[in-house]
Amino acid sequence: MAAIFQGVGAAEALSSSPFNSFDSNKSIFSPRRSFSVRKGASFAVVRSDGTVNLNLKGRRAQQLISNAVATKADSAAASSSSKPGHELLLFEALQEGLEEEMDRDPHVCVMGEDVGHYGGSYKVTKGLAKKFGDLRVLDTPIAENSFTGMGIGAAMTGLRPVIEGMNMGFLLLAFNQISNNCGMLHYTSGGQFTIPIVIRGPGGVGRQLGAEHSQRLESYFQSIPGIQMVACSTPYNAKGLMKAAIRSENPVILFEHVLLYNLKERIPDEDYICNLEEAEMVRPGEHVTILTYSRMRYHVMQAAKTLVNKGYDPEVIDIRSLKPFDLYTIGNSVKKTHRVLIVEECMRTGGIGASLTAAITENFNDYLDAPIMCLSSQDVPTPYAGTLEEVTVVQPPQIVTAVEQLCQ
Amino acid sequence: MAFSAPTANFTPLNTPFLRSHDNTLVSSLSPSPFFGSTAKLRLSSSPNFNLHRRSGSVVAVSEAVKEKKFKSTRNLLITKEEGLELYEDMVLGRAFEDMCAQMYYRGKMFGFVHLYNGQEAVSTGFIKLLKLQDSVVSTYRDHVHALSKGVPARAVMSELFGKTTGCCRGQGGSMHMFSREHNLLGGFAFIGEGIPVATGAAFTSKYKREVLKEADCDHVTLAFFGDGTCNNGQFFECLNMAALWKLPIVFVVENNLWAIGMSHLRSTSDPQIYKKGPAFGMPGVHVDGMDVLKVREVAKDAIARARRGEGPTLVECETYRFRGHSLADPDELRDPDEKARYAMRDPIAALKKYIIENNLASEAELKAIDKKIDEVVEDAVEFADESPVPPRSQLLENVFADPKGFGIGPDGRYRCEDPKFTQGTAHV
Repeated sequence: MAAIFQGVGAAEALSSSPFNSFDSNKSIFSPRRSFSVRKGASFAVVRSDGTVNLNLKGRRAQQLISNAVATKADSAAASSSSKPGHELLLFEALQEGLEEEMDRDPHVCVMGEDVGHYGGSYKVTKGLAKKFGDLRVLDTPIAENSFTGMGIGAAMTGLRPVIEGMNMGFLLLAFNQISNNCGMLHYTSGGQFTIPIVIRGPGGVGRQLGAEHSQRLESYFQSIPGIQMVACSTPYNAKGLMKAAIRSENPVILFEHVLLYNLKERIPDEDYICNLEEAEMVRPGEHVTILTYSRMRYHVMQAAKTLVNKGYDPEVIDIRSLKPFDLYTIGNSVKKTHRVLIVEECMRTGGIGASLTAAITENFNDYLDAPIMCLSSQDVPTPYAGTLEEVTVVQPPQIVTAVEQLCQ
Repeated sequence: MAFSAPTANFTPLNTPFLRSHDNTLVSSLSPSPFFGSTAKLRLSSSPNFNLHRRSGSVVAVSEAVKEKKFKSTRNLLITKEEGLELYEDMVLGRAFEDMCAQMYYRGKMFGFVHLYNGQEAVSTGFIKLLKLQDSVVSTYRDHVHALSKGVPARAVMSELFGKTTGCCRGQGGSMHMFSREHNLLGGFAFIGEGIPVATGAAFTSKYKREVLKEADCDHVTLAFFGDGTCNNGQFFECLNMAALWKLPIVFVVENNLWAIGMSHLRSTSDPQIYKKGPAFGMPGVHVDGMDVLKVREVAKDAIARARRGEGPTLVECETYRFRGHSLADPDELRDPDEKARYAMRDPIAALKKYIIENNLASEAELKAIDKKIDEVVEDAVEFADESPVPPRSQLLENVFADPKGFGIGPDGRYRCEDPKFTQGTAHV
């Protein structure tokens, strides 16, 4: 079923995922497009196979967030109540997804520090303890390794826990359990025990939070066999990925970003999930493929504004699934544009970008007209000083320069 | 020998006012003997322990029971059936492990193999009291826990041989024994790693009762681990959480005094592990782990306490492993005198003596059991020998419960749909 959206400060083009894409043999997927144009707004339906005809109005594009992080978007034109769906912030979308899954299945429970009475350090679990009780929304002592292990034991015996790391960096303390038990137990038990666990939390570089609270753990966890990793970036995919992760039989690590929790978007009222293994086409284009995820998506879209004005036509894909990579969407894009730029917040060494570069080179080397460029954060502990922190992560002007370089 | 308060061993386990947040109660008990153990243990806190001996002896729990209940009539702790069941289980453990050693040196199994000889009383004493739905979590020394829980000897031996008929399809090995059917939740290679998993299984039991309203769910979890683990953070973190939420779990410490070559006394500031229980608000009990009947008495209380919803217990079993840490361990550091002393306390010999002296069964019946077990173990080896090795196609199975987790390939199809996948040759 196609979902129709109006982008509100989040992305220029919006994408939807089919509800049940597993059995859809993509070649027989008939691209139904629904298309309507209104003054000052564009509607588009984008199929996950990338075919779309997007009529992007430049004026609308200017209403995009000017800093990389959206706060409450100016949605004066957008919030008329006759539109379908409802508007909410990203953390509320996560909460909605979690609450719906907890309503749907009594085995779903939450464990973490301050998730219960406090409502979660980023309010993702606000109100849930009152509704579901202290055992279903469990306030744990500060013992990441042990309560993650406890979640794994509970998952093995029939529950579906959602473990919250108050900050993803704290999950470094749970690395033993995540690597050894979460990832491996299904295999070493010969398939007897499943671990349908979701491990989630905010990560990434925030606003001067200091080095230890600004870590990107996706690079550390990506090698663990047996887990899946996804990163959300919009309220729509946050809710969809949360629900899909909870319903999945595999252990899933859901990476949220500290600075994205207040993004606002209108999302459908009806039940939907986002496929865990699929990437999201943010903006189709012809000249260059830009692969990104999480917060860097917004830096890329901001750079895209500038690039469009300069006459470039970048194709922006939010890879969403950090492990495994959606090589189909990515591959199709590479085959079309022949140039790849990866923009990520992860560290340069051994990060997601490094893996992605390797995967693309292995699979699509013949289609590349230029070497893959990868813009990552500097390999430094994130400094406290604002000026230094700003240059640790990739900024839009760097992206513009990189595209110009690639497209020479 | 009696100790001053024989009921101190048991009353605290049943005391309803022993709540984890009730600090006053716990502290008021500190001048008197800590829960469980005996007044004979030296209470001195100075680390002035003779490195070659245990600091004090353990009161026989069974003697305390006898003194408490009956002065004149001799009453036995077990019936004949129970006695034979215990005997058979311990002999199975011993014979199986001995066969493992043989097979290892013949090149049938490889890697790290940790044998349980000498500790059978702990496994048998505890696990034979459990129901099928109760869970057991173990460490790398898990063959005998698996056997006691009911995993067939064939399945365990095949797993050790790395055959596809093993309980984990050959994918786990000696240190990763799992059985969903028998609720054996592993088999963990890193010490302490299984304790949070056991805590989670106990959490599920409580959750089922209180959230899912399965009112009769009283499943108990046993977590087995060693003395070395008791210095590890996961141990303490889980003691805290289990006591905090009154989880139905029993923490069983198999204190065999040695962590490979590290003596317990050299690595622990206070070697009396059971004392760490009350620090977290649960009873701590010390028991002679070479005597299966004593272990069983303590286990009954601890498991019943957990089933009633009163929370966890920490049980320290003083035991000993007759062999080295693993089959690769030359075992040069342990004093031969120490080994000889414990060999005299062989739990199987002790139970045999008890059975015969109390006329529970005849020598012939016990010998018949020995023979039967020999046949079971031989059969297990034969079965394992004849079983096939895992084919290449098994490589990529079981990595994900939902194989879509391998992702979408360049052709748009899920990788798991690729025929090379089922052949095990796909590149992921």
